[in-house]
Amino acid sequence: MIGLLAAAALRRHPARTVLAVLGVAVAAALLLDMVMLATGMRESFRRFLLVQGFDLRIAPKGTLPMDTEATIGDADGLLRTLRANPDIAVATPVLGAQLHVIERGRTVTSFAVGIDPATQADYVLEAGVSPGHADWMVANAAFLAATHARLGDTLDVAAGFDPQLRVYTGRRRLVLGGRARFLYTAADEPVAALPIATLQAMGGPERADRVSLVLARVREGADADRVAAWVDRHVPRVSTLSTNVALRQVDERMGYFRQLGLILGAVSLAVGFLLVATLVTVSVNERVGEIAVMRAIGVRRRRIVQQIVLEGLWLTLVGAILGLALGLVTARQLNAILSDFPGLPSTFHFFLFQPVAAWRSLGLLVACGALAGAYPAWRAAILPIAGTLRREAIA
Amino acid sequence: MAAQPAPTPGAARAPVVSVRGLRRDYPMGDEIVRALRGVSFDIGAGEHVAIVGPSGCGKSTLLNLLGVIDRPTAGEVRIQGRDVGGLPDREATAFRLRHIGFVFQRFYLMPMLSARENVELPMAEAGVPAAARAARARELLAYVGLADRERHRPAQLSGGEQQRVAIARALANRPTLLLADEPTGELDAATGGEVIALFQRLREDGTTLVVVTHDDALARAAGRVIQMRDGGIVGR
Ligand SMILES: Nc1ncnc2c1ncn2[C@@H]1O[C@H](COP(=O)(O)OP(=O)(O)OP(=O)(O)O)[C@@H](O)[C@H]1O
Ligand SMILES: [Mg+2]
Repeated sequence: MIGLLAAAALRRHPARTVLAVLGVAVAAALLLDMVMLATGMRESFRRFLLVQGFDLRIAPKGTLPMDTEATIGDADGLLRTLRANPDIAVATPVLGAQLHVIERGRTVTSFAVGIDPATQADYVLEAGVSPGHADWMVANAAFLAATHARLGDTLDVAAGFDPQLRVYTGRRRLVLGGRARFLYTAADEPVAALPIATLQAMGGPERADRVSLVLARVREGADADRVAAWVDRHVPRVSTLSTNVALRQVDERMGYFRQLGLILGAVSLAVGFLLVATLVTVSVNERVGEIAVMRAIGVRRRRIVQQIVLEGLWLTLVGAILGLALGLVTARQLNAILSDFPGLPSTFHFFLFQPVAAWRSLGLLVACGALAGAYPAWRAAILPIAGTLRREAIA
Repeated sequence: MAAQPAPTPGAARAPVVSVRGLRRDYPMGDEIVRALRGVSFDIGAGEHVAIVGPSGCGKSTLLNLLGVIDRPTAGEVRIQGRDVGGLPDREATAFRLRHIGFVFQRFYLMPMLSARENVELPMAEAGVPAAARAARARELLAYVGLADRERHRPAQLSGGEQQRVAIARALANRPTLLLADEPTGELDAATGGEVIALFQRLREDGTTLVVVTHDDALARAAGRVIQMRDGGIVGR
């Protein structure tokens, strides 16, 4: 009977109820998007850092991985040191550089990573095969599109261009052996990968035995932070960043986004709360006579409260369900817009749907809805019965 | 109590209603409106009493105190021997549910519920199982002559029909006392007549009935008339 009466109250003004539900849905969608933004970027970074299971990023002293053009010298020595530590299971070098593809007088400049094909963690092969010998390379779809090259083609490439002499330096002919998806670069940026020794050799003496970065995976059960400290102690020319520390740094840098998300999320909660509180208050005010009659015929205060709180709860519940759908659609749209931002890795998402966070925030909204109904419900429950009936009879 | 003389001849046996020295003041800013100035009477089981008097003389105030939806400033209201004047809300509500049936001038049915659901409302509150209350609601609607209207909403019923549904609702939990404040106040003579006829039947069936009214026809139908003026009883 209580449910029937609550439903009846909502059905009495269908247009008003629909508008309120839509309002709650918009608030819920905004809340969901803000939660997806606040938690999504962090989670995205985490996945990004963990995607190939490397725990340590070893970069030139005082820099962040691939943040500058600085490189680490005596790479062989560094790798030997790392591989001698039993706590380090895998260490793989990465060298980032420019690569010019010379194609019938036209040049396409792309980014290239020199890798160890056996242990690399930069790309996932989609077609063809990984570099099997020194003159072999793989590239992403953007690279293929920009150079009009096909798998199996031999490409004329260069490491640099001397503007004074107007000649390419470090020229080499490489076989395009595979197409790959690169994990750390934007989808629309042309990228190639080739054996690190080849890329080093193309760069001449100044690039010999140098790497931009070494990725390392620790043995299972080993403490990555302790291993990182060990590396920094034994190899003073590098800075080692563990995934944990990197995540902490990301957290600090993302703090603004998180705060923005939380504040806007709180605002949408407040909007939802006020909307429901307003609607329920109006609805209670226009039927104080009925409520007084119900009380007069023996309906308990508790029932009146239940009925009115239920009213607010239904509004928010239906609004939250609609808002969930609306929020997911808008998040996808916003994500698409933001992901077009140049230079962002394709695996990176601003808005990430995480069920726990989503349910928690929508649960919070529904709780707000119940709370919004609580005040008008309490006021209805304590109405003086005789006085209200008298006022209503006069009105 | 025993020292006081029995003020009403109609209540020889244990009265259903016993009112003693009843007062109700309404504070209005600095002034106090004395709506009831010490009223005493008894109503016996099965009596049909009409309360009449000029507007503002305190009829509704008295009825509200009998119906336990208001509290007296002083004096005593006993219903079936129980002092109901000072009951806390929870007990007053439970008392109304079991013992009082209310009929209002403005019918006051729940507009979104059908006639039958309206009659079921007090039974649902009393915890009557759904099947039993549906059966009793049908029985009551048949009693008030609306057996074929159980699915209709109040807006689909005439004023007189709505008032009869309200009477059925008031009877739902077999109340000790049925109270009606101007039950024909918003009805024309013909439809008012239906309600009066119904009250007469209720009286024949032994329901104790107190009706506040300006309607001579309704007052004549009562077995006893209490005349009020200026917050006091001036004639019986
Ligand atoms: N809540 C209230 N606050 C202030 N004064 C009140 C209140 N209720 C009733 N009164 C006053 O008490 C007096 C009696 O009112 P009551 O409603 O009992 O009269 P009544 O006999 O039912 O009149 P009517 O026939 O017009 O319904 C009136 O003077 C009225 O103005
Ligand atoms: Mg009155």
